[in-house]
Amino acid sequence: MQSVVVRFVGDSGDGMQLTGNLFSSLSAILGDEISTFPDFPAEIRAPQGTLGGVSGFQVHLGKGVYTPGDKADVLVAMNAAALKVNVHNIHDHSIIICDTDSFTAKDLEKALYKTDNPFQELGFPETVQIVPVALTSLTKESLKDSGMDLKAIVRSKNMFALGLVCWLFERPIEHAISFLEDKFKKKPALIAPNVKVLTDGYNYGQNLALSVNQIRVEAAQQTGNPGARHTSIAGNKATAWGLIAAAERAGKQLFLGSYPITPATDILHELSQRKDCGVVTVQAEDEISGVCTALGAAFAGDLACTSTSGPGLSLKSEAIGLAVMAELPLVVIDVQRGGPSTGLPTKTEQTDLLQAIYGRNGECPAVVMAASTPANCFDYAFMASKIALENMTPVILLTDTYLANGTSIWEIPSINSLPEIHPHVAPAELAGNFNPALRDADNIRYWAYPGMEGFNHRNIGLERDAQKGTISTDPKNHEVMQATRAAKVKQVENKIPYLNVWQPETVTDNETLLVGWGSTEGHLRAAATELQCSLAHFNFINPLPRNTRDVLARYKKIIVCEINSGQFATYLRSQFPDIPVLQCNAQQGQPFQVSQIVEFAKNH
Amino acid sequence: MEAAEFKSDQYVRFCPGCGDHAIAAALQKAMAEIGIPPHQVAVISGIGCSSRMPHYLTPYGFNTIHGRGAAIATGVKTAHPEITVWQMTGDGDCLAIGGNHFIHSLRRNVDLNICLFNNRIYGLTKGQYSPTSPKGFVSKSSPFGTVERPFIPAELCFGARGTFFARTLDVDMPTTVRCMVEANNHKGASLIECLVNCVIFNNGTHNYIADRAERAARTIVLKHGEKMIFGKDNEKGLALDYSTVIPHLIVVPADDERVLVHDATTADPTLHRMLALMGQPDTVEAKAEMETNGSELPIALGVIRNVVADTYDQAVHRQINDIQATAKVHCFDDLTKTLETW
Repeated sequence: MQSVVVRFVGDSGDGMQLTGNLFSSLSAILGDEISTFPDFPAEIRAPQGTLGGVSGFQVHLGKGVYTPGDKADVLVAMNAAALKVNVHNIHDHSIIICDTDSFTAKDLEKALYKTDNPFQELGFPETVQIVPVALTSLTKESLKDSGMDLKAIVRSKNMFALGLVCWLFERPIEHAISFLEDKFKKKPALIAPNVKVLTDGYNYGQNLALSVNQIRVEAAQQTGNPGARHTSIAGNKATAWGLIAAAERAGKQLFLGSYPITPATDILHELSQRKDCGVVTVQAEDEISGVCTALGAAFAGDLACTSTSGPGLSLKSEAIGLAVMAELPLVVIDVQRGGPSTGLPTKTEQTDLLQAIYGRNGECPAVVMAASTPANCFDYAFMASKIALENMTPVILLTDTYLANGTSIWEIPSINSLPEIHPHVAPAELAGNFNPALRDADNIRYWAYPGMEGFNHRNIGLERDAQKGTISTDPKNHEVMQATRAAKVKQVENKIPYLNVWQPETVTDNETLLVGWGSTEGHLRAAATELQCSLAHFNFINPLPRNTRDVLARYKKIIVCEINSGQFATYLRSQFPDIPVLQCNAQQGQPFQVSQIVEFAKNH
Repeated sequence: MEAAEFKSDQYVRFCPGCGDHAIAAALQKAMAEIGIPPHQVAVISGIGCSSRMPHYLTPYGFNTIHGRGAAIATGVKTAHPEITVWQMTGDGDCLAIGGNHFIHSLRRNVDLNICLFNNRIYGLTKGQYSPTSPKGFVSKSSPFGTVERPFIPAELCFGARGTFFARTLDVDMPTTVRCMVEANNHKGASLIECLVNCVIFNNGTHNYIADRAERAARTIVLKHGEKMIFGKDNEKGLALDYSTVIPHLIVVPADDERVLVHDATTADPTLHRMLALMGQPDTVEAKAEMETNGSELPIALGVIRNVVADTYDQAVHRQINDIQATAKVHCFDDLTKTLETW
């Protein structure tokens, strides 16, 4: 097979995220392209065996992989509730491996089945192949002499399942063993039992010759630079590392002010861990303090960042306005989640776009950009930092739950291969004659911070005099300053790449253009491949790439696809009122189904 | 250094007769006495009359948004502990909209010098009651008198585990300067409650002690290591009366052997709290009663609490330095070598 989609589902406590991650990394090492999507509930531990507590991890592996896949070819269900919740995530020819020990009358009752035959009740067609395995009993048998208590033994059943799946896909388990050794290096007592269960799971498949054929997935051609190193990386980690690299490249201390919020918190976790790289993190008392401590650090001369999700961005908006007014560099990372209000904290959505562009009092322009794969969160976090430091402006970087928790393959750069960053620090010759309104030909004001002798000045959130930098309420001056702030953000378009049009090699439809931004890139590539049409995918939103109009004007049918009710479409219409665009939207807290986009394009 | 080196060229826009003029002059004097050059000092403020202060001083200044001064100052100091950071704030900016940042800056013990200008009124928005207005206070937004209880800043400070509290009065320049210098010398969050008069909207709110003729009898200026004596002729002293279950402060003759010696450095804030709460009426009626008939106990000025404790900003950088001393990873390229790669 060219590619295959595997979905691991079970209770929140069943270890599905770990199992899925291990299997994905294993496949990536063997040369597969991978794309993963963890899908878990907001509850940490919902009551065991209930529908609300089902956690899932989907991985798409093989060749030509752009997305985690619409539906699973293989579903591994650890209990009856997980099977029920995922009934729509499989297709007519899927294979379902399920733990028969977790389908007792009590399990069925907890999962709200009405009959004692769950498979019939769920209405699977005959073509779906069900592989019953007594995972729990087999795990108990495997570990009966381990000396572990029963609870710990039962918890290891995910490793039995992993072993079985490794057999199914002909993955040699040596790599899995070395992963486990690494994973449990701080708890060495757990290595041997986990390796034993894993191996027994593998051998179970081998020896009993299950009534299912092994699946061979073609390894992708290794692309990229020869000799390059690759790893699989999640979006939040890539974001954090992009900031670290930018600080190092800029010769600046990295400062993060942040307040815990799902799904952005892993950025705070990762950067708190990186004291070895000199990162200063403040876990603030609230979202407002997260951005304000960062702004203080920006005033003091650091590469300053704050990370949050939608509700937090709302709380930060006044301080982002201060960053616009004070013209200080600031990186704001918004890992979007389902909204409004508390909304769907663990689900994905692209609904903060207009908030990021417009959501502040006054005319308040900031640079807005978006990452589009888990791995390129690194590149865009780096670019956001570079743009902020070189243009003295806040930059809002949009990612989302799907990118934050999903993984993709990252070609690891060396620090010297990354672009240089030149913070817009006031030149020495301005000492003694400095004021905070002094700017260069691009309207970028100079940065001076405490400790620099001869540059003392007063910065403000009040309107400033365009010449002297002091408080001004002069009407004409306000107009000048509004235009100056807008021009400063606008000129960033000269420093970002042109918009690229991507098409499958065999493109046949030259009239249709799919348009997207942010995390939908993989799905839109897959859709464009099926439709044999073109794709313009945006990473820079304010300002837009200079050639945006030229690109859009070349196509008869433009379909803007987003996980919201049409925010980017609205924005494009406001910028190019003469260019008509159709919009294809989804709002279910889930990534696109490629099939939805394809259907839409065919019907419009 | 000279006070003039800390006075900026900006025209001072406080109202004529406003207590903030005196605080500005005291700050310039204190900064000169401290002697740290202006380019190594940052003065952060929020919004309000008090928050205009950075404009009238020569150090780096940042006049930010309402209530957020403490958070922004925390960022400046945590990023760069080598910079001396002052925060200018008022009773609305600090205790209402900025209350959360305020208590957390005290709890963390960030090395900030916080001047809280308390005039018990919102001046810049033209006369609404503030979190320190006594209950029953009539203002534009409380035409029938407030129905809410006020904060007493010292209580909030101790409740948030503050390590430094001083109280001073706009018209008492020497005490104000001394409190500011000591606040700077104290490592950690130093709160100076500056009682200031709002000549327009709350004129005379501190008259009970601002009146020069009566001040010596109505206040006690506390000094660490010195006997707690006060009065026109230093004839009175403070002592603890142990006849009640919980001892309480009483006034005794200055030569009474029970007169207490002020110790600002005890970690236990019990006595500091008793001293700071002397003469703090929390209703309009109680305030009027004190102003008419006097209070038995004097109002405490000077440095009431000054405790040594680790500061947040130093602790953050110490942890980084300790980890870096033994870490194998020092930069991005090192970091990528820790990954499982192919």
